[in-house]
Amino acid sequence: MTFASFLLQLGNGLSSASALFLVAAGLTLIFGVTRIVNFAHGSLYMLGAYLAYAAGAWLASAGLGGISFWLGVLAAALAVGVIGALIEVLLLKRLYAAPELLQLTATFAVVLIVRDATLAAFGAEDLLGPRAPGLAGTVTIAGHAIPEYDLFLIVVGPVVLVALTFLVTRTRFGVLIRAASENRALTAALGIDEAKLFTAVFALGAFLAGLAGALQLPREPANLGMDLATVADAFVVTVVGGLGSIPGAFLAAVIIGMTKAMCIALGSQEILGISIAFPKITLVAEFAVMAIVLAVRPHGLLGTPPGAPVTTPLPEQRELVPAPGRREALVAGLVLAALLALPAVGAEYTAVLVTDILVAALFAASLQFLLGSGGMTSFGHAAYFGVGAYAAALAFKAGAPMAVAFALAPVGAFVAALLFGWFCVRLAGVYLAMLTLAFAQIVWSIVFQWDAVTGGSNGLVGIWPPEILAERKHFYLFTLAVVTLGLALLARIARSPFGFALRGVRDSPLRAGALGIDVRATQWRGFVIAGTFAGLAGGVYAFSKGSLSPEVLAIPRSVDALVMVLLGGLNALFGPLVGAAAFTWLADVLPRLTEYWRALLGALIVALVLVFPGGIGGLVARLTRRAA
Amino acid sequence: MSGALPTAGVLDVRHLAKAFGGIRAVDDVTFAVGAGELVALIGPNGAGKSTCFNLVNGQLAPDSGEVRFEGKRIDGLAAHAVARRGVGRTFQVAATFASMTVRENVALALLAHARRSGNPVALASAVPRAATSVILERVGCAPLAEAHCATLAYGDAKRVELALAIAADPRLLLMDEPTAGMAPRSRAELMQVARDLAVQSRIAVLFTEHDMDVVFGFADRVIVLDHGRIIAQGTPDAVRADPLVQAVYLGETA
Ligand SMILES: Nc1ncnc2c1ncn2[C@@H]1O[C@H](COP(=O)(O)OP(=O)(O)OP(=O)(O)O)[C@@H](O)[C@H]1O
Ligand SMILES: [Mg+2]
Repeated sequence: MTFASFLLQLGNGLSSASALFLVAAGLTLIFGVTRIVNFAHGSLYMLGAYLAYAAGAWLASAGLGGISFWLGVLAAALAVGVIGALIEVLLLKRLYAAPELLQLTATFAVVLIVRDATLAAFGAEDLLGPRAPGLAGTVTIAGHAIPEYDLFLIVVGPVVLVALTFLVTRTRFGVLIRAASENRALTAALGIDEAKLFTAVFALGAFLAGLAGALQLPREPANLGMDLATVADAFVVTVVGGLGSIPGAFLAAVIIGMTKAMCIALGSQEILGISIAFPKITLVAEFAVMAIVLAVRPHGLLGTPPGAPVTTPLPEQRELVPAPGRREALVAGLVLAALLALPAVGAEYTAVLVTDILVAALFAASLQFLLGSGGMTSFGHAAYFGVGAYAAALAFKAGAPMAVAFALAPVGAFVAALLFGWFCVRLAGVYLAMLTLAFAQIVWSIVFQWDAVTGGSNGLVGIWPPEILAERKHFYLFTLAVVTLGLALLARIARSPFGFALRGVRDSPLRAGALGIDVRATQWRGFVIAGTFAGLAGGVYAFSKGSLSPEVLAIPRSVDALVMVLLGGLNALFGPLVGAAAFTWLADVLPRLTEYWRALLGALIVALVLVFPGGIGGLVARLTRRAA
Repeated sequence: MSGALPTAGVLDVRHLAKAFGGIRAVDDVTFAVGAGELVALIGPNGAGKSTCFNLVNGQLAPDSGEVRFEGKRIDGLAAHAVARRGVGRTFQVAATFASMTVRENVALALLAHARRSGNPVALASAVPRAATSVILERVGCAPLAEAHCATLAYGDAKRVELALAIAADPRLLLMDEPTAGMAPRSRAELMQVARDLAVQSRIAVLFTEHDMDVVFGFADRVIVLDHGRIIAQGTPDAVRADPLVQAVYLGETA
């Protein structure tokens, strides 16, 4: 590494740290007061960038010259603040008393809607912003040129930190924020209008995210991938810094920003005779930093352990799934018979569609096990599905016979779940959910970037099963066998002593511990089981499609599984099957209606969360119970 | 048992201390509980009773001091490890598995005690009904066996909790306000269960209680805690007569 590249990357790292800090600070503020982790925070950042582009261009065309960029940034940040307030008033306000799983899912629906709205308004092309007027040059430091704009951003972070600290510690608004964060009873006693305070804080957090996105424009073109990339980074920063701590967010942003920049500055290095391309392992480095911090301080550098548990269980989780009786066995038998008869009567296309449904059902069932029995909210379950799929595909491409390659799918997912689960079960509730998302994003990025092995964004092709299974109908029967076995095993585990212990840990960790049940070990095993079955589904998927792309382990696929579980009902025995069928059908129909079907899906999630939190399965159960 | 220490007890607590920020919740506490003995830990709200329990059963790690169970150090161990050695406890706010029936709660306690709660292939429902019924009868909960824990009245939940604690055959039982929320008659019945256990199975029982009828009716010995420190301990009569105890605690409740 030359000194020049070190200096350049130092500037680069510190200036990205500023953007990260702004986003993470907003996230932390909102969480502190409303107890909601806003998954749409990255979307607000993305909106900031797009709106700054549009506003800047419009103002420039109105003849404002150099100042138009800066006015555009300000206008974009303010507009995002207003959008944030709208989201809070229209959606989140109705969800403050709801279980966190529903809150998180609802904010995720916002991600989908904002993504499609942005696509509709600005198109799919990246939008390259202008250089910042007045700061387009470089400054020479120790004989090396550093972009002026980087220096400006480096200053923005600490300035916002000081401003926020002043706001929180010295103003009446700050007193209210602290009262609401630290002592709910006090807020009521002080006669605070909570509704207004929550909206104001949400608007402030959104403003910060919008500002960060707008200021990023001269460094990075506005693009549709900004939302999830940013929110994953912001989660890493908040988890490392400690959720709820603004100085912690700053510290963590600097550490993460610098880690990334230093990896780039290091370039390729020979270490012990092995050549390591550091720029390619920025994500691994980020993960390593997070892993070390969480292993030593589970609640982050400056975070405090949550006093009261942050998990609110769903009412459905409190309910017991009735043990499968005669009627359930009969239904299962009939469904299985119908599925077995399908190749004889159905068209080829039907077999393909039902194969998709079955794979999705197993994937959803593994998530249902994690969420329902385990009480662990995951927003990154597709990571295990995808790792399974890639493990099988890579082994197959390397020449392994299909049987071996297929067996490696659950094994690969098992290993990934073992590694990530170890960290995840150290946290609970929203912290756990944030971590699952961050891990999934890291896995996605690795697969996306590691061209040489995974084929990068092009993915892998030619994963066709050998002759006996090449026939669609044969493959269908193979899928049916694997999925039936998988579903039966999962249902059995849920009713085993281990399944009860897992549910016991979810119901009352205190009681479970006092009975000699190792709470963390139990959760870890539950996490690993869920991941392994997801990997099994991924293995079937790889061979059913013949090709793979990084999309199979991207966050939206995790959300698909969540929607299936919510659609089917969190505790309904046939929930995953019903949910997968309904979802696969929707995913088949909606894209034919509109290009913006993800937004429709988002709207559907919102409706689901607000109106039918029990899902179709819960609805059916309620109706049949009433009828019985 | 190590000869140097005068450890006659099942539970030996020596110079135990725990602070939360500036608050010394437990401050240099030393006491012992012997087999077959019922000891009451009393004191005003916030005296440090529950914290003491949490330090003994591994819910919290002490800042300093030691906890011995049957002569061996258990301070610093995790709660599940302490439980496996033979320490059972109930919580001030009854902790049961809300999504399960009372019988399933007890079945899980039995499975955990037999180290079979990690088995992913057997069926939990295979635990014999007789095994769970015996325990439920002991605490008078047999009629509630098929009820969901989430639907129980508070007093019943406390009894189910006791059933869970004794399902594991503990040799030390910690009960944090076991009779809170119960009618006076039920209180005596529940304490009688604890007394029978102590006498018949020779287990050591440590309990906290705000009801003085229960304390003076059932305890063999009483320890009085105030601001984290022991201010008196001895027989119920001696403690009742202690002027300091009168001033800080009994005076206000009597
Ligand atoms: N986890 C904790 N964090 C911070 N402070 C705590 C914690 N647990 C207890 N305390 C404090 O320690 C002190 C002792 O509390 P403890 O619950 O042990 O009292 P107690 O004697 O059981 O009271 P009560 O009769 O009300 O149950 C109190 O001041 C309490 O606020
Ligand atoms: Mg207490």
